[in-house]
Formats: sequence, C-alpha cells, structure tokens
Amino acid sequence: MSAVSSDLAPGAPGASEPSPSVHALQARFGRAIVRHLVSAGDTIVYVSAAGAHEILAWLRDDPGQLFNYLTDVTAVEYRDAERPLEVVWQLRSLPRRADLRVKTELDKNKPLAVDSVWDLWKGADWLEREVYDMFGVSFRGHPDLRRILMWETYAEGYPLRKDFPLRGHFSRAEQTRQALSATPEAHYSLEELSIAAAYEELPAEMKQRLARGERGIVR
Amino acid sequence: MGLRSPERSGGTEVSTMSPNWVTTRLDFLTNWARANSLWPMPFGTACCAIEFMATAASRFDLARFGMERMSFSPRQADVLICAGRLPFKLAPVIRKIWDQMPQPKWAISMGACASSGGIFDTYTMVQGIDTIIPVDVYVPGCPPRPEGLMYGIILLQKKIKGESFRDQDLRQEHLVGPEGLFLPAEKIDEVSEPFGNSVHQTRSA
Repeated sequence: MSAVSSDLAPGAPGASEPSPSVHALQARFGRAIVRHLVSAGDTIVYVSAAGAHEILAWLRDDPGQLFNYLTDVTAVEYRDAERPLEVVWQLRSLPRRADLRVKTELDKNKPLAVDSVWDLWKGADWLEREVYDMFGVSFRGHPDLRRILMWETYAEGYPLRKDFPLRGHFSRAEQTRQALSATPEAHYSLEELSIAAAYEELPAEMKQRLARGERGIVR
Repeated sequence: MGLRSPERSGGTEVSTMSPNWVTTRLDFLTNWARANSLWPMPFGTACCAIEFMATAASRFDLARFGMERMSFSPRQADVLICAGRLPFKLAPVIRKIWDQMPQPKWAISMGACASSGGIFDTYTMVQGIDTIIPVDVYVPGCPPRPEGLMYGIILLQKKIKGESFRDQDLRQEHLVGPEGLFLPAEKIDEVSEPFGNSVHQTRSA
C-alpha cells in the first residue's frame, strides 16, 4: 500500500505526501501557517484568520502556485462544541492541475468574521453570501453581503449552525405567517433585476418600494 | 327540510331555495361543463412535476379529461395542481397565484410533500399546502404515478359534479386574514406536528 502511494506525485489523489505548496507557504509566511495535514490525498493547510487574505492572494499570484480558480468557499461546524468553526477555501490551479484546500479556524465565542476574497476571485460573491446565510460568517469587504438562499427578512438565525433546531426556532404558524407576509416581487434589488434603465416606466408603488430599499414586510 | 319557521315567513310561502327540476338541471349542465373542461395551472416544484408532465404527455394523455390546455396564466385556470414540495419562500407566490385565479377554482395537492411536507420536516418547508390555500383533492405518493394523479382528477370531477349553486359557501374566497394567516395558528401548529419517522428527530442538536 505504501509502495503504491509513494509512486504517486505529491498532491495527486491517494498520495500521502503533502502538496509542495505547503513548504512554499511555510517558507513565505512562517507562523501564519498553523498546521497542515493530508486527508485522502488532499492537502489541507490551516492558516491564521488574520493572514488568510494575504496568503490566498499570494497563492493566486505567485508564479509557482497559480491557484487561479476558486472551486468553493464553505464552512464547517463540528458537533463538538469546543472545536472552532472552519472556513474553507478549495483552490484549483488550472495551469498546474493541482488542488489545495485552505482552512482557517474562527473562535465561536467571538464575532465570526474573515476578509472577503471577492477582490481576488469574483466568483466568491455568491459563495460567501451562502456561507453568510447558512453559518453567519461575515466577510469583510464583500460588496453585497446579504442572504442568498433564505429570504432577506429571515429572522430565525443561521440554519446550518449546530445550535439551530432542524425545524427552526419559530412555531410552524409563525413561520407560515412570516412567509405569507413576504412580498414576492420585493426580493430583488434594482441592480439584480437590471431594470435601472427602465426605472421611469415602473409603477409608482414599485418605485417607492425600491427607493425605500424594501425587501419584504414582517408585520 | 320543508319546515317553515313561523317568525321568519308567515302564511303559505314556500322556500324558493328548495331544489326543483330547473335548478337541478342547471346544476347538472354547469357541473358537466366545468368538470369536463378543467384547465390546470401547473405549479411544479419538484419530482412530482415530472410525473405531472408524463400525465400530460401522449402515453397517459390528460386531454382525455378535458385538460389539454395547460394554463400558465392563473387568470384562465380552473384547477391549481401543486406538484412538488413547497418551501416557505414560495408560500406567498402560490398564495398570490391562488388569489389571482377566478372562481370557480379548485386545488389538487399532488404528492406527499405538497400534502404534508413529506420527508422534509425542516425549517424551510411548508407542512402541507393546505396551510396556505384550500385544497380539494390530495394525491398520495412519492411521487404519485400518472394513474394516481388521474384518479385524483377523476375524484375532483366527481366532486364538481356534486356541487350545487344553491350552496352559497362554495364559491366563497378564503383570504389571508388580518392576523396574516389563512388558517387559525393552532390549526397550523397541529397539522404541522411531526409524524412517522420525523418524530425521532430532535428539535435541536
């Protein structure tokens, strides 16, 4: 078994050696690289939350790394309440055909916040909104951080957190009441609908709603 | 039946609302026409919609029941078929579509999720569309086969054929009340109680 895995290139699926990016990161950033491990052939690098943006920018731009594609941004919360919440960036280098998973740990007793990577990869926009929606992690510097899957007036919390009950915090009647009081047309911003040019032709009532920035009504 | 209450009508007046030959024949005619030309408003949200499309396609051929025209405008629809699960985010949408449909109108709840929330006893899912709109026929199944949906449609046709325009409550709109709900809150909580496997799920982790 070990003979098989030693034949594989570091970072290849099934390899037990960490990706060479780890050593480059340790040499460049030192203590900001907390630790690393290899899981099922994937290299996982834990970095400090404060240095995450700088490290990710370096991974994208360094000629030896060129992780130019952000596959996913997500978060993990473990059942063990002592363990911190992790934010995960799954990176892919299209020219080098290599993957790297970068994680940072956030203390759940402090406000969950990390720098947005929207300025590095524009595709992070909706991914970070989803993490915000489901876990309540706020991304500093995100251009439009608001809920994406749940409606914007959703008041029950962050559904994928472990302390969130499966059926939600509110009673079914209250959930139904809030859902029925929502305005279906009001869930989109003016920019999203690309109707800024047609603003003058909108009904007066809709103009008022958009001018107020209203997304729905909770009575 | 046929008894006169003395304080309301004196003399020999016979109630004009008693069924007679003309009204029953008129009922028969309108019900026959309505039952055999139901135009569905398809509200397909999940896998039930695939079965619904199969029902409408040539093998099962919904047109045999006078439903050859899918009405994608609620203004020209007679029967709302909710095929699939309904998340809370879509609740105001289906309510608006239902309110836009003119009378006479009926609703079919197709499949386990639309009827009861099904396996999705979670924070996102309406536990039965009857907490949002009134429903006439529930079709069980996950998803129901086209035969199942057609059986539900035939049941609805039977129900329509039993209607009478003397029944004043039949065509009454059931709007969302001032408290923002269509049903009383206790009733919604009661019908949304966990059942089956989901009673083993805890309310919090």
